[in-house]
Amino acid sequence: MQTTLNPIEAMYDNRPRRWWIYTLIVLLLTIVLGWSSTAIEFKGIASKGAEVAYGIVYGIFHPDTNLLWTLSPDGVPYLLLQTVGIAVLGTLIGGLLAVPFSFLAAENVVPKWLAFIVRAFTLLIRTIPSLVWALVWIRVTGPGPFCGVVTQSICSIGMISKMYINAIEDLDTKILESLDAAGCNTFQKIRYGILPQLYANFISTIIYRFDINIKDATTLGIVGAGGIGAALIQCINSRRWSMVGAFLFGLIILMLIIDFFSTRVRKRLARG
Amino acid sequence: MTRKKYKQAKPLLFDRLFPPRTMMVGGHTVQKPRSRAWLISIVLLIVVAASVMITEFDIGILIKRGHQLWVILAKIFNPKWEYFSKVVNPLLDTIKMSVMGSVIGSLLALPFSIIASANIVKNGILVAIMRVLLNIVRTLPTLVIASISALMFGLGTFAGTVAISIFTFGIVSKMMYESIETVDMGAFEAMEALGSTKFRAFWSAVFPQILPTYLSHCLYSFEINIRAASILGYVGAGGLGILINDRVGFRDYEGLGMVLLTLFVVVLIIDNTSQYLRRKLS
Repeated sequence: MQTTLNPIEAMYDNRPRRWWIYTLIVLLLTIVLGWSSTAIEFKGIASKGAEVAYGIVYGIFHPDTNLLWTLSPDGVPYLLLQTVGIAVLGTLIGGLLAVPFSFLAAENVVPKWLAFIVRAFTLLIRTIPSLVWALVWIRVTGPGPFCGVVTQSICSIGMISKMYINAIEDLDTKILESLDAAGCNTFQKIRYGILPQLYANFISTIIYRFDINIKDATTLGIVGAGGIGAALIQCINSRRWSMVGAFLFGLIILMLIIDFFSTRVRKRLARG
Repeated sequence: MTRKKYKQAKPLLFDRLFPPRTMMVGGHTVQKPRSRAWLISIVLLIVVAASVMITEFDIGILIKRGHQLWVILAKIFNPKWEYFSKVVNPLLDTIKMSVMGSVIGSLLALPFSIIASANIVKNGILVAIMRVLLNIVRTLPTLVIASISALMFGLGTFAGTVAISIFTFGIVSKMMYESIETVDMGAFEAMEALGSTKFRAFWSAVFPQILPTYLSHCLYSFEINIRAASILGYVGAGGLGILINDRVGFRDYEGLGMVLLTLFVVVLIIDNTSQYLRRKLS
């Protein structure tokens, strides 16, 4: 009998005790961590490590102003613009290409087996890293910004169609019935029944992907797919720190601006 | 009583230039804003045209050389199975790097995200500075961080772990301060009113609320990290990327196919496990 305890203490006494689960989790984590810590074979900072660290800090605070303001094709503004251009075209084309895929992968539109196949296909596109796509495409288009555009158009399909499919499967089909009852034809049903439900979600997805693609476009340059990445990596490898600083400076400013605007637009779209 | 004067929201520039049409609907006057579709289409058209010019967009190349892609893809989808024995070790390196990087990054993210959440730290300037710093960390591309740390710490998995940690730190801390700002602050304030220190109040009142979200964010970042870590080797930071770079260099696309297939299977397993765990957490 627990008459001496007041109800609160009684409740506290009966609190769920799952210490064995916690011990198990901690044990598992320790094992995993112990195993993966073998990856950290710290060989000490490389002989020139301190110099590199100093160089980076020096470069960020003393960016090459010549490079930062020149309008020539090797200057920071032009390369940034090219990066944005790659991301814009890649996202738009990817967003358009994703539309048929996502309708074909939505279980409320097509039979289940077809939806499954198309889904597996988009998953495949998504899992292959964009860098690998770029390496493959570069054999087709040759190096240059065009390669970046094609790569991003294909890569974007994977993620964009995943988000589109969710939107399509959430469609409210009752509206279509009432439009039917009101005597609308197929075109009108799509225009007034389906598009208004989808477009805010689709645009929000595209803007989100644009955010990712901008970041991706900078790294694609490393394999020669245009944009700022190629120049940046060359400068890092040849240790021209003030040029590295100029590129990083431009990149950070661009990202902050785009992040700011995309968050604002997406908030507005979410509110309707 | 003095009536508070509310400032009328200023109409947008577009609505001032093209005033809304006034219509009569069922005895009420209704203002119908003019359509913006034409303006949006013109802007979009200009942006696309500029992008086409600046990226040297040329559909002709695709038509002329498009068949090349199918040649390569056909080889990739015909993986060389005996190459698997060479894939195992770099694959384990990739997994180790992402486990270690995720753990270090997420642990580092916790204190910083607390400083960056406006409901815990009342000093607005400190919060703003912290957020700008976190934003800057997130803008740095992982491959750039990896190549810099490869120069600093030498080629190998350690450089990759550092890059993954920084990357994880960036995304987890952003997601965390957004979650911390949505917690119920009642318990925190009650504990502070009873005289507990800020840390104690956070630990007992806020931490239990954010713990499931925190773990979920950590798992999510781990999912992303596997993919990110797989390419880091391209700049010399260990893992599968070395093989990818190697195979493409030798034009051994069957070998590349094997690398990608292994990666695909591992990503699939990890994604599904982590999604299952995250569903349990929420």
